[in-house]
Amino acid sequence: MKEINSAELRFISRSANEGFARTAAACFSAQLDPTLEEINDIKTAVSEAVTNAIVHAYPDRLGKILLRLRLLEDNSVEIQVRDWGVGIRDIQQARTPMFTTGSEERSGMGFTIMESFMDSVKVRSAPEKGTTVTMRKRISLRVGGGR
Amino acid sequence: MAVACTGHDRNMTITISGEVDHHGAKQIMEELDRQMAVVMPRNITVDLSGVSFMDSSGIAVLLRAYKSAGRQGGTVTVVNVPEQAGRVLRTAGLQKLLRFA
Repeated sequence: MKEINSAELRFISRSANEGFARTAAACFSAQLDPTLEEINDIKTAVSEAVTNAIVHAYPDRLGKILLRLRLLEDNSVEIQVRDWGVGIRDIQQARTPMFTTGSEERSGMGFTIMESFMDSVKVRSAPEKGTTVTMRKRISLRVGGGR
Repeated sequence: MAVACTGHDRNMTITISGEVDHHGAKQIMEELDRQMAVVMPRNITVDLSGVSFMDSSGIAVLLRAYKSAGRQGGTVTVVNVPEQAGRVLRTAGLQKLLRFA
């Protein structure tokens, strides 16, 4: 799919960056003229993916996180969240609702929410090498809308 | 993100406002634990009217309140749920555990 615009953000795994990452993704996606619900879905999914990287990829140290944003010609947004942390040993288990290796502050619903709020979610991971979560969402075309 | 708790006669209202994410959830839970140890509420009302964003960290907060009320034989009612937060909570199936009003 042909790319019409792209952006990248690199930040360290401090929880204060969760809000920054989701707001940046929402602002960039706004070029596709999404509805408020679509923008909220993107913000929520990005928040989950970035929080997973902060909590699980780097459990005892700060590390780098890359947020890559692409707008595609079919009016969709592709969002990639990449880390170079501990990786996920069993991706299928990690995607199971209510499964978490985190503390009581985690509900284990992160992947379920990403899957529910985006059109597709792909996870690639290797132990001790890191994880890449790639999500896509098509933004509905609205009459009178443009970019 | 801000959290305020008021309560008497074993009823407690928790008012949460701002963005509820992993960054802020720990503070909410600490305040929740502190207040619940004092009031020991049977019935908890959680007011989300001031919440501008919530991710799955909010689910963990509400489940903590649910477990606490359950230990006292009480209930949790969630009121004034904004649309975005409601979508997150429904995705987790919390309407099966908590009362939404």
